[in-house]
Amino acid sequence: MQIGLSEYLIVGAVLFVAGVVCMATKRNGIGVLMGVELVLNGANVNFVAFARYTPLGLDGQIISLFVIVLAAAEAAVALAIALNFYNNHMTIDVDRGDQLKG
Amino acid sequence: MLDWIWILLTAAWLLPLLGFAVEVFGGYWQQSRRDRTPALIAVACIGAGFVLSVAAFIIWGSETHWGVFAAEPEHGDVPAQQAVEDTTREAAAEDASELQPADAGQQHSYRKAISGTIYTLARFGDLKLSIDYYVDSLTLVMFMMVTLIATCIHIFALGYMSDELTDEYVDHQAHTAGGDHVHRPGRYYLFFSYMSLFCFSMLGLVLAGNIFQVFIFWELVGICSYLLIGFYVERHSASTAANKAFIMNRVGDFGFLIGLMVIWTYFGTFSLGPETIGDETRPGIFAMVRNAEGGLDIRNESGSPVVHLNGSVAEADDAGAADGEAAVTAERTIPYWLLVVAGLGVFAGCIGKSAQFPLQTWLPDAMEGPTPVSALVHSATMVAAGVYLAGRFYPVFTPDVLLVMSYVGCITLFLAATIAVVATDIKRVLAYSTISQLGYMMLGIGVAGWAAGLFHLITHAFFKSLMFLCSGSVIIGCHHEQEMPRMGGLRRKMPITAYTMLVGVIAISGLAIPFTILGMKLAFSGYHSKDAIVATALAFNYKNPVHFLLFLVPLVTAGITAFYMFRLWFYTFCGEPRDRHIYDHAHESPRVMTLPLIVLAVFAAGVAVGGEGGPLYRMLLASEPAGVDVGSEAIDPTVAFIPEDVGYALVGQPARAEIHSVHAQAGAFALIAAAAGAVLAFLLYVVRVVDPGEIKRQVGGLYRFLIEKWHFDTLYDVAFVRPVHRVAAALAWFDRVVIDGILHWFANTSVRIASWDRKVDEGLVDGLVNLVGNVTFRVGRSLRAVQTGQLRQYIMFIALGVLSLFVLQFIFFPR
Repeated sequence: MQIGLSEYLIVGAVLFVAGVVCMATKRNGIGVLMGVELVLNGANVNFVAFARYTPLGLDGQIISLFVIVLAAAEAAVALAIALNFYNNHMTIDVDRGDQLKG
Repeated sequence: MLDWIWILLTAAWLLPLLGFAVEVFGGYWQQSRRDRTPALIAVACIGAGFVLSVAAFIIWGSETHWGVFAAEPEHGDVPAQQAVEDTTREAAAEDASELQPADAGQQHSYRKAISGTIYTLARFGDLKLSIDYYVDSLTLVMFMMVTLIATCIHIFALGYMSDELTDEYVDHQAHTAGGDHVHRPGRYYLFFSYMSLFCFSMLGLVLAGNIFQVFIFWELVGICSYLLIGFYVERHSASTAANKAFIMNRVGDFGFLIGLMVIWTYFGTFSLGPETIGDETRPGIFAMVRNAEGGLDIRNESGSPVVHLNGSVAEADDAGAADGEAAVTAERTIPYWLLVVAGLGVFAGCIGKSAQFPLQTWLPDAMEGPTPVSALVHSATMVAAGVYLAGRFYPVFTPDVLLVMSYVGCITLFLAATIAVVATDIKRVLAYSTISQLGYMMLGIGVAGWAAGLFHLITHAFFKSLMFLCSGSVIIGCHHEQEMPRMGGLRRKMPITAYTMLVGVIAISGLAIPFTILGMKLAFSGYHSKDAIVATALAFNYKNPVHFLLFLVPLVTAGITAFYMFRLWFYTFCGEPRDRHIYDHAHESPRVMTLPLIVLAVFAAGVAVGGEGGPLYRMLLASEPAGVDVGSEAIDPTVAFIPEDVGYALVGQPARAEIHSVHAQAGAFALIAAAAGAVLAFLLYVVRVVDPGEIKRQVGGLYRFLIEKWHFDTLYDVAFVRPVHRVAAALAWFDRVVIDGILHWFANTSVRIASWDRKVDEGLVDGLVNLVGNVTFRVGRSLRAVQTGQLRQYIMFIALGVLSLFVLQFIFFPR
């Protein structure tokens, strides 16, 4: 069986959906962050897969690197948020963070 | 030195104005109303005015070397008619020479008036509006008379008005709507400020050097009279009387204005004396209308009489267009009938101010004012201003106007005297007597007794102001009782008032002892002046037998005068007290009030000392217009129509010599009439041979006719007041129904349109704006529920949202 674009896309989609479901279901703040990582990586798989069809063949990889850097930075900020959240609420249950409710 | 005369008189004139300003603007209404300062200022101002007037008189006298007193009486004891012609010629020559401007060097002729301009207000081409002065011996006499009497009356008023010196004055004759007496702050300062304003106006009227200025001050005295009559403005009768006086005077003043217009149009000047415009000196009105002999220059031009005005130059643009050469020398002319109109117009003003026959009804009502006002304004000065003006303007009056004046005076004096006989209010008797005496003056001037009329003016001023002040003293003494039937016997309670009043009564009645002691008649002033008038009337009667009433009526009225004056005196001061209560509480007035009475009594008795040879008469004679003493002959218009050089007259005027020749005869008649009147009053009211009440019942119709004042008030009410009311009511109806209707319709329509507009505004515009707001608000409110704060939910929304976007894309944009 020839492994083509579709297989990559399927893997990316599975990662993405898993991430979204993780974000949507986890009450643990860290779990949510992990869902975010999954979503980003699902997107990275897509970028890399599509890179083959670009004139240079490297664009997707470059953007993936950016996304990874972005994800690292995001994780730093998000963990700081999580720490503060824990300081304020003595928990990291995101359902408790509903002060901005309309 | 001559300049000092007018400077002093101007100062005397302006001082009361200064006093007025201080009194009315000095803030005397703020502090306690018990302050006497304003009154003292008023007295000081007018008193200083008297001193200045006397000073001016002394300067005038010394400048003329007292020629006015030194000259021999022109017609001394000329026996009879033979001398008439000679003396008249002489007199004419004398006058002519005296009127020459040369005046023999330094000496100023006592017959020549001093005139000039104090201040020029404005000049419009030929029209010069200025404040002028015109000073001759008449002006000086008037100044001294007015200031002296005014000073006495001011001092009297210090006492008379003193019950106004309170912060809460209770007016027992005025009621509020609730029926209570009116309570108000005292108005002492206000009274004296009005009095000062009046003095200023009156002196200005006398000093005035042009007829327009006379008119201004004429109106000013009118307004002062209005203010003073209405002094007790809370009393309905007082405010009505003030209105009546003012409105009736307007009627006369309308004639005055017409006269002024005619004079301005045809004379081109208002000035009495010579007038200087730029470099040019022009003759005044008097010099224009009369020549040096006092005649009118009447010529017959194109069938109608025309009066040439001497020394005037016709306006260049008028005549220049016609023929240039003649224009330079052409004189102004005035149609004779227009000169009559001018004279009648000015005289109409005099009728109003002096309360003469058709307009006499305001003066008795004017007695609503405080008594010092009646004494000063409504007997001595303002009402005499009409006579003064008639005298001042004598040169402009044609014989026809003078005849009208005589008859007006004649009717007035009889009418007023008859009403005075039945009047019971002490002040009203005096008011009618004033009207009657003013009628005498008018008659005197009208029958060519120029000096006689003004002589009576001066003497009357003194004795009438005296009597008014006495009545004021009585009124105060009886605690504001004015009805004579409730007095009686007051002689014992208030002797000074009673006997000074008696002096006045004898003076006005013209009683005298018909003998001479030390060359002087034992007579009070009124005898001399009334004698002079009656004598003139008799001489006039001899010359114009058809006008016999002009002698007969005054003669009879002299008797009536004596009767009602003695009736007043007997009623008030003699007999038994008729009202015990009033009598018991009556008291003599304080010295501040009796002192002016004594001063005025002395003057009332002695001001005319020497009669027609005395100083007062000579002073007046010195101002007599040229030609009065010459006399004239009547011309029968059917025989000769306007001869070239003789006067134009329906009546002849008596010369002074003619008057003098009948003087003794007239004097005897007048004295008999007066004595008869006085004796009759004595018999009726003291001896009571017949009960006056009985007579009243016997001639009830006549009595009621007189009590109703000859029904003049009723007549005017029916003829003028009610029609005016009716017209006014109709106009008010028109105003209310038609004009107001139209206006209301417009207003209502506007309101209706506006209400529609409001509906549109509120419903449509506001609704739209509110709708947008409400929808936004509601949408926002409903979306609020979505904002749960649940992170996981948000993610679900995002995911579902993206999913639905994809679904939508596949539905609407399929590949």
